[in-house]
Amino acid sequence: MTNKTTKISGSEAVVKSLIAESVSTVFGYPGGAIMPVYDALYDYQEKLKHILVRHEQGATHAAQGYARVSGKVGVCIATSGPGATNLITGIADAQIDSTPMVCITGQVNSHLLGTDAFQETDVVGISMPVTKWNVQVTKAEDIAPAIAKAFYIAKSGRPGPVLVDITKDAQFGEVDFNYVKCTLISSYVPAPKVDVKKIIEAADLINTAKRPYILFGQGVLLAEAKKEFKAFIEKSGIPAAWTIMGLSALETDHPLNVGMLGMHGNYGPNLLTNECDVLIAIGMRFDDRVTGDLSGYAKQAKVIHLEIDPAEINKNVQTEIAVLGNCKESLQLLTEVVSPSTHPEWLAKFNACKQKELETVGENELTPSTDVMSMGEVIKLVSDKSTDDTIVVTDVGQHQMVTQRFYNYKSWRTNVTSGGLGTMGFCLPAAFGAKIAKPNQQVVAVIGDGGFQMTIQELGTIFQTKADIKILILNNEFLGMVRQWQQLFFDKRYSSTEMVNPDFQTIAKGYHIEANKVEKREDLANAVELFLNHKGSYLLEVMVGKENNVFPMVETGASVSEIRLS
Amino acid sequence: MENKYTISIFTENNIGLLNRVSIIFTRRHLNIESITASESEVKNIHRYTIILNCTEEQVIKVVAQIEKLVEVLKAFYHLDDETVYQEIALYKVPTSALAAGKKAEQILRKHNARILTVEPEFTVIEKTGHKQETQDLLEALEPHGVLEFARSGRVAVTKPMKEFKEYLYELEQAQQ
Repeated sequence: MTNKTTKISGSEAVVKSLIAESVSTVFGYPGGAIMPVYDALYDYQEKLKHILVRHEQGATHAAQGYARVSGKVGVCIATSGPGATNLITGIADAQIDSTPMVCITGQVNSHLLGTDAFQETDVVGISMPVTKWNVQVTKAEDIAPAIAKAFYIAKSGRPGPVLVDITKDAQFGEVDFNYVKCTLISSYVPAPKVDVKKIIEAADLINTAKRPYILFGQGVLLAEAKKEFKAFIEKSGIPAAWTIMGLSALETDHPLNVGMLGMHGNYGPNLLTNECDVLIAIGMRFDDRVTGDLSGYAKQAKVIHLEIDPAEINKNVQTEIAVLGNCKESLQLLTEVVSPSTHPEWLAKFNACKQKELETVGENELTPSTDVMSMGEVIKLVSDKSTDDTIVVTDVGQHQMVTQRFYNYKSWRTNVTSGGLGTMGFCLPAAFGAKIAKPNQQVVAVIGDGGFQMTIQELGTIFQTKADIKILILNNEFLGMVRQWQQLFFDKRYSSTEMVNPDFQTIAKGYHIEANKVEKREDLANAVELFLNHKGSYLLEVMVGKENNVFPMVETGASVSEIRLS
Repeated sequence: MENKYTISIFTENNIGLLNRVSIIFTRRHLNIESITASESEVKNIHRYTIILNCTEEQVIKVVAQIEKLVEVLKAFYHLDDETVYQEIALYKVPTSALAAGKKAEQILRKHNARILTVEPEFTVIEKTGHKQETQDLLEALEPHGVLEFARSGRVAVTKPMKEFKEYLYELEQAQQ
């Protein structure tokens, strides 16, 4: 590829650069300042598929869903001005959840920059706080190097979103195209080298620990450390709990998987954080939703942190031993030097907590004594009837917490959700993007009635592309999580949380998507069966308890020890 | 406990990088006391000197976030006694006020300041020193009328002997 040059337009250089990065699908929406690129895309439809979304935010979430299940860089394209600003929510989501994404935006001609030209927006300025890196390109010859750099930065080290803003004259300009992949930036160290001394120190601490406890996050998935992680926990015999971004790095029913951390996580994993003697955090960042009140968080424990990003060390929790670097490598080294062990008494404590949670929260959710259905029983049913490799995409709110706790995740990279940013409306386009990346896996999108209506227009994308997405709406006619807080902390003053919803079946049918609605428990099993086995997209709406609450719960400002079961 | 910290940042020279750096402060509600930027001893590598009043915990976290930026090579923080630093101030005063009597000579001598230019209407005086020193001269000149006053941010070099080039070498090693 190198040395052979041909004169092409800047816009063709954009397309050829993407192809050179092995991109096969991009999500986007055309407009004035990006039209040259769309014109070039027309000639490359065989090699580079463009999917027309219904709103640029949908393009970003689709790119995120695509990236999360495949590990590849998700790509989206938008025009200048409103097209570019509509990307921002998805970019911010990708930044906080470390998702590799490249966004290409059109920009007004370079001589118009700063003149308040039609659809001119300083998207480089606007996106700066929420991108890992961004750049504006004003010359055709700078396009290929900028895109090469963008892909390298987005994917390497701790991944993140990158934005390349290309002026219209750069797209029209001519260039000798010669694509050279970026493999080095002199000021940038993607991942620190693993220090073997730290591995030994960590192993010494782990080997003498009485009640060691592992917390794992998305870092395990991002490092592709599936084998290494499992080998480590199985050799060390240490109970492991997950953050919502780490979910699906280890199958839910693995004997050492003790459950979910955080505000609406499981009882034992939160409570016993304050009883362990050595806390081993792997590829997670001690988010406030995980830790609760920091002054009451794991103060008794010595903390070992395996982390790729040096800025995360001691950011929220003081670390005894920081093992910097890619955890695929550090876990492998650590596994070699930890002693084989089991911790039956310690594990029994987790199991006792699990039993207590099941008898209180679990039974209420899974086998409610009331006529109204619970989210938990619906999710359990879907989980039982789904194939092992089903990808489950969730939105944000009560249904998200319930799905993550009650769905039995069996395969690697099958959980897609908006974690750090908590973006309602994420699910539907992200599910679509996941399906594009993994066409042979079933994709189930679990969404609340609120979040569904935030990006509902992407039903159009699903219909147009004939994608097969199973959409499960858990409808409680409320913005449930906010309502729950209003009930618990604002004296039941339900301010603007009740939803008067449209007929979702009719809407689905408008897009020629099959739909069904279940209001009675006796109809549920059949409906779920039909839903999962339908050929093509299907929308199943299930009416659930209007004022059901999600427990356990660690209230804001409370310590993980103070987790409530009701 | 709050202290005054000198943050030195070595960066590539790219459009917008200063903005990326300043966002890190803004987002944490930290007020930059002064900032200067210029090319460093290494060609094409720029040095920002930022003065910040904050706790050590805050400065550690800020420096970690700055170093995380793709185009930043290295960032350090130091206390005043670990650096040698200087500021420059310019004072524009009416020439007539200075010409009258011996007062001007006394002030200039006492403060070790120098005259850059004398015009019929105004004179420009320059003083380098620490902030308190340039402030003292300002106060001394004020009774005579100060038409304009401008003070630079701090420039600083550090006392530890490790050269920046050694850090560059370490950076290269880390990328192997």
